[in-house]
Amino acid sequence: MGALLQVQDLVKRFGGFTALAGVSFHLQPGEVLGLVGPNGSGKTTCINVISGLYAPDGGTVQYGGRSIGGEKPHSLAKAGINRTFQSPRPFLSLTVRENVELAAHYGDPRPGFDVDALLAELELDQYANRPAADLNSAQQKTLDLARAMATEPRLLLVDELAAGLNPSELNRMADRLRALADGGMALLVVEHLMGFIDKVTDRVVIMAAGKEFFGGTLADATKDPEVIRVFLGGGHHG
Amino acid sequence: MHSSRTRRAILDAAIATSVVAVMGIARGVYSNELMLFNFIMFLTLSQGLNIIYGFTGYLPFGYVGFFGAGAYGFALAVMHLHLPAFAAMVCAGLAALVLSVILLPLLRLSGAYFAIASMAAAQALYEVIANPDLENVTKGPYGVSLSGVFAPAASYYLALAILAVTLMLVVWLRNSRFGMSLQAIRDDSVSASMAGISVVRGRTVAWTLSAVIAGLVGGVFAWHISVFYPDTAFDLSVSIFATVFLLFGGATTLVGPLLGVFILYGVYNVIGIAVPQYFQFTYGALIVLLVLFLPNGLVSLLTSRGIRVP
Repeated sequence: MGALLQVQDLVKRFGGFTALAGVSFHLQPGEVLGLVGPNGSGKTTCINVISGLYAPDGGTVQYGGRSIGGEKPHSLAKAGINRTFQSPRPFLSLTVRENVELAAHYGDPRPGFDVDALLAELELDQYANRPAADLNSAQQKTLDLARAMATEPRLLLVDELAAGLNPSELNRMADRLRALADGGMALLVVEHLMGFIDKVTDRVVIMAAGKEFFGGTLADATKDPEVIRVFLGGGHHG
Repeated sequence: MHSSRTRRAILDAAIATSVVAVMGIARGVYSNELMLFNFIMFLTLSQGLNIIYGFTGYLPFGYVGFFGAGAYGFALAVMHLHLPAFAAMVCAGLAALVLSVILLPLLRLSGAYFAIASMAAAQALYEVIANPDLENVTKGPYGVSLSGVFAPAASYYLALAILAVTLMLVVWLRNSRFGMSLQAIRDDSVSASMAGISVVRGRTVAWTLSAVIAGLVGGVFAWHISVFYPDTAFDLSVSIFATVFLLFGGATTLVGPLLGVFILYGVYNVIGIAVPQYFQFTYGALIVLLVLFLPNGLVSLLTSRGIRVP
């Protein structure tokens, strides 16, 4: 099966700082890929470029066989790419239901998409008519996920969704993401919590200083001396 | 769910219709027509500003630029094209529309930078129109006289019609998905784009709608008073009043700007007539109290308790 997402030699610079220095990886439908690395290694920048928030300065991003580098986020959302955010970003003045309803209207899901069923599935139905501002942080993260899911993405970019969740919330979130992948969705998961990564991902790409330097299973990564050196100190000199 | 939304829209529309009816009847029972006209003018301008500020978060201090563009669009169409007043009103709207398109790049700015840049743009347009070298075109700083089309009753009722359309537009925005998408853009433009909403398109539509409303009000103002100067048409206090009325009542709602105009412009007129020596002090104190205790406007007394305000 061909890759749904193919990132090749991706480069992103901010002035004199190179955040991505030639990252490459691919993702199949139904696969969960973890993007792991120390703070500042370029994980979120990578998601920002794929989701259209930043235009790449070099390299290519191919989605479903076509180049999408530089396309606007709303076009990519309609095309089936969506994301969550490190810090939740709901529409605070709208109700929970309106947050999801808007995405279900503008994000071009299949006709007849059931907003209420999605809210029930994510246990947000009891808050449906309350302003999103009333939700706690974990609930707002779930609302971010609901809004992304309302566009029925084929590729979901998950940026530190687990941070700040308690153990039972973590388990529920991991089960949800796995269920999405089992349904055929491809997921790119940025996360610092290794237990969560272990539970959710099929394989990982490990990044440092804007480049990937390891690709494989998390079990293999934990035995790799270079990975150990980068995470336990000494920096990356690759 | 949808029936409750329909009920809300009907209530909003009933309030809008009542305001238009009151202002229509008032002309027959109150003799100070200019004051009533000014009420209509600010009711419309504060709602026009509501569309761009309340729904997208952009506060253009230079909003008067569109008002002035409309006034001069109307005047130039009457003076040079010899159009009848109603046809000249189209030019008033067009002038503001063209100006809003020219100023579209300002939407790349935000917050105070946007506010100041819009004010600079209005000032630049004022300088062009008031340029004595353009006397043959704009009459420069010497002002225009449109006594040939002077028709106070017709212009009053046209202003009322513009108010009615503007209020209905706000009712629609408050109860439609498009209006909701604008509020989403205001809350978080990045999230809005990931919800599939075209942020540029939403802001552009709100900006041009808001501008055309100000242009039409400027045009009907020019028609109603017939003699005016660049200083009048580009008077920054038009922006300030519309902004203060909007913020005093509460943006994004239909009722907030209406309350702002009726209360503050009412007080303005009462104080100005009864105790003009205390006018600036009283008015200033009112605004300071508002900023200190009700930064989100009068309606926040209810909205902060979870009560929906039309």
